[in-house]
Amino acid sequence: MKSLRKYKSLFRIRFNAGIQYRAAALAGIATQYAWGFLNIMLYVTLYRDHAASFPMTLQAVVSYMWLRQAFLTLFETWSMEGDLLDAIVNGNVAYELARPADLFSMWYIRCLSARVSKVLLRAGPVLFIAIILPAPYGLTLPANPVVFFGFLGTLVLGSLVTCASLMLIYILTMYTMQPQGIRIAFNSLSELLTGSLIPLPFFPEPLSRILELTPFAAMSNVPFRIYSGDLAGAAAWQAVGLQVFWLLALLALGRILLAHALRRTVIQGG
Amino acid sequence: MIELEHICKTFRVAKRNAGMGEAVRALFRREYTIVHALRDISFRIGDGEMVGYIGPNGAGKSSTIKIMSGILNPDSGICRIDGRIPWKERREHVRHIGVVFGQRSQLWWDVPVVDSFELIRDIYEVDEVRYRQNLEELVTLLNLGEIIRTPVRQLSLGQRMRCEIAASLLHNPTVLFLDEPTIGLDAVSKIAVRDFIRRLNREKKVTVILTTHDMQDIEALTERILLIGKGEILLDGSLDELKNRNSPVRRLHVSYAGGYFVLPEGVSLLSDEHGRAAFAVDTRICGVSRAIEGLSRYAEITDLTVESITAEELVVSLYEEFAI
Amino acid sequence: MRLYWKYLKIHFKSQIQYRASFFLTLIGQFVTSFSALLSIYFLMSRFHEIDSFSLSEVLLCFAIILMAFSLAECFVRGFDRFSAVISNGTFDRILVRPRGEMLQVLCSQIDFSRLGRLVQAVFVFSYAIPASGILWTPEKILLLILMIFSGIAVFSGLFVIYAALCFFTTEGLEFINIFTDGGREFGAYPLAVYGDGILKLFTFVVPLALVQYYPFLYLTGRSNNLIYFLMPLIACLFLLPCFLLWRVGVRHYKSTGS
Repeated sequence: MKSLRKYKSLFRIRFNAGIQYRAAALAGIATQYAWGFLNIMLYVTLYRDHAASFPMTLQAVVSYMWLRQAFLTLFETWSMEGDLLDAIVNGNVAYELARPADLFSMWYIRCLSARVSKVLLRAGPVLFIAIILPAPYGLTLPANPVVFFGFLGTLVLGSLVTCASLMLIYILTMYTMQPQGIRIAFNSLSELLTGSLIPLPFFPEPLSRILELTPFAAMSNVPFRIYSGDLAGAAAWQAVGLQVFWLLALLALGRILLAHALRRTVIQGG
Repeated sequence: MIELEHICKTFRVAKRNAGMGEAVRALFRREYTIVHALRDISFRIGDGEMVGYIGPNGAGKSSTIKIMSGILNPDSGICRIDGRIPWKERREHVRHIGVVFGQRSQLWWDVPVVDSFELIRDIYEVDEVRYRQNLEELVTLLNLGEIIRTPVRQLSLGQRMRCEIAASLLHNPTVLFLDEPTIGLDAVSKIAVRDFIRRLNREKKVTVILTTHDMQDIEALTERILLIGKGEILLDGSLDELKNRNSPVRRLHVSYAGGYFVLPEGVSLLSDEHGRAAFAVDTRICGVSRAIEGLSRYAEITDLTVESITAEELVVSLYEEFAI
Repeated sequence: MRLYWKYLKIHFKSQIQYRASFFLTLIGQFVTSFSALLSIYFLMSRFHEIDSFSLSEVLLCFAIILMAFSLAECFVRGFDRFSAVISNGTFDRILVRPRGEMLQVLCSQIDFSRLGRLVQAVFVFSYAIPASGILWTPEKILLLILMIFSGIAVFSGLFVIYAALCFFTTEGLEFINIFTDGGREFGAYPLAVYGDGILKLFTFVVPLALVQYYPFLYLTGRSNNLIYFLMPLIACLFLLPCFLLWRVGVRHYKSTGS
């Protein structure tokens, strides 16, 4: 219990720092609202002329877009803990090693709390506006409570997977000592492969099927599509299974890599 | 000539408190406090003077410097430097001043120092002949010959500061503002920087205004001190005047081989053991040189030190006196 | 101008000091906009046209906006990065130098790695210009150039607004991204596809439609209205209020010092 408390207070401190930025949050909400709206207008226009050639219903796409904006700060991969990266590059990470806590868990919690604090401020207002909007533009409520809880569960799983994959970036930085390259590569990949630019079903046929299996698809793709019923039944269960699989795999990989990186650092340092 | 009359400046600062509840509340309502950074500051500095501007952190030093260098305009009051109002005639004014911010660099981090110098030459539109002349002189005086082709990131702090100072002087300013020029430097670099500043002031008659927390800077450089606290000028005078004002009594330590002491008026014996005696000299009654003269009349003095309070102690006692 | 050239050289010199990160950023810029290109391609290959615009026409539009944006971002980046200039005190240094503040801010950052997007834009142009089926008369070529330049002007104006607002607060200015990054992203499609309201917003508030949509109608032969041809020039007037705001900002800075 005691060891849990230190992670809790780490969470709280990062969370408090996170919600200090109210103006940033307001601006973020405005930006996300505008982004969502423009995206939806684009799809509405596309559907108007060619509704038949679509892999998702317009309603599912609209819900997807709003959810993506509302939970953007939970799933985006471009913002990372700057001081943590700096500490890795300039070697101050040694101080973190001096603390009586598990390094991996501390970083993981830091990553999660930063995201949760941001999303708590932003999700509510975006969702509220999205729900009260009229028919084709608004966010529709989920079909039944089961779907809703499925959404919540996969939302949590998805954010855990996102943080687990970001851990790998921090740890890889310990090897390269130059975060920029990996970050750029990871970012541009994840933008495309998580379905941030266009939802995965919009990719051409064999490609989209393969992409569904990647860890990128286990992030925001699953909850957003379960919500609107686009992903249901056996396909949904398979997606949840993949989420759990990737979470465990990424966490394990992260821990192994970190242990190795630390051993290397210690040897170099000695 | 620098003249400041009744300069006032206030700022509005947002309050921010710790704690989850406070943080959430601050989301919706924010409280402000009015900070009086400067209240009624007046002083004059003549051409060629060297002035130490001292005071604790947050006393208003940098606000004053910013006003004098045209970065900030005051709420009220007059500031004229060589007849120009800095914030109204910014461009013309800054042509004639140099500013060194001790903690911020104006040099380009990744390119050789001389590239930065050439850029500054172009910014200030210094003509080529004068630039060559100035550069040569600065390189010799500040001993930059070996480092001028090195990128800044490879320089030590001391080397960098010497380059910073050179960069601020390429355009022959008549007034130089130095904001903590020796911060973080080692003893050798400090002395080099101080020597250079002294020479600059003596030989080129550049007016120097120096803010610092390093009292050795003050002791080594400035004839005149302006003490600011809580936005007001508290004292204005020479270092010696201030020392005398705050502690008129000097301690005299004497080693002697024989004879005896006749105490002049204003001198009292503190201790006398094993051929070493200590006296207190009240300089209001008797000057130090007269005291030495009187004491040495009947005694064979072999060694002698005069202990006065250091600038450091002076400042501490001043801060205490004014409760700043 | 000589000074700007000098700055350009010194920026270039310092950026190639970090060759690896310079090229990585360059490539990253390229790849990011390549993802955008891919998603346009995937969407359009499903629907073949949007609001009667064909894929190659959309790509032409995409390239115009991308080119204008990347040029603006490269050379006007000093304003885009202005919150750092304020917070690390560099603006004080700018004020103690006998040159215009704007010129110095303009010179304070020139980021060549942003040209990764430009490379992308050039590629897309080289495909879309022949594929769009437009008959390239000198008049149309002139219009294309006008569109790009006025695009640079509008994006630059937005960066200047952002920087001017930094004088008042450094918090919450992300909203300007709606128009800068948003303009780039959503400007890939002719702005009318977002409906009337959005088109009006981009006509009267931020005149991106004057750069993109209206002249594009002329360019693709959908309209012969000469006003549409002149729209890019009108868009450049957007810079005036931006400069005004900047001056207000400088005045505010000088009275608060923060």
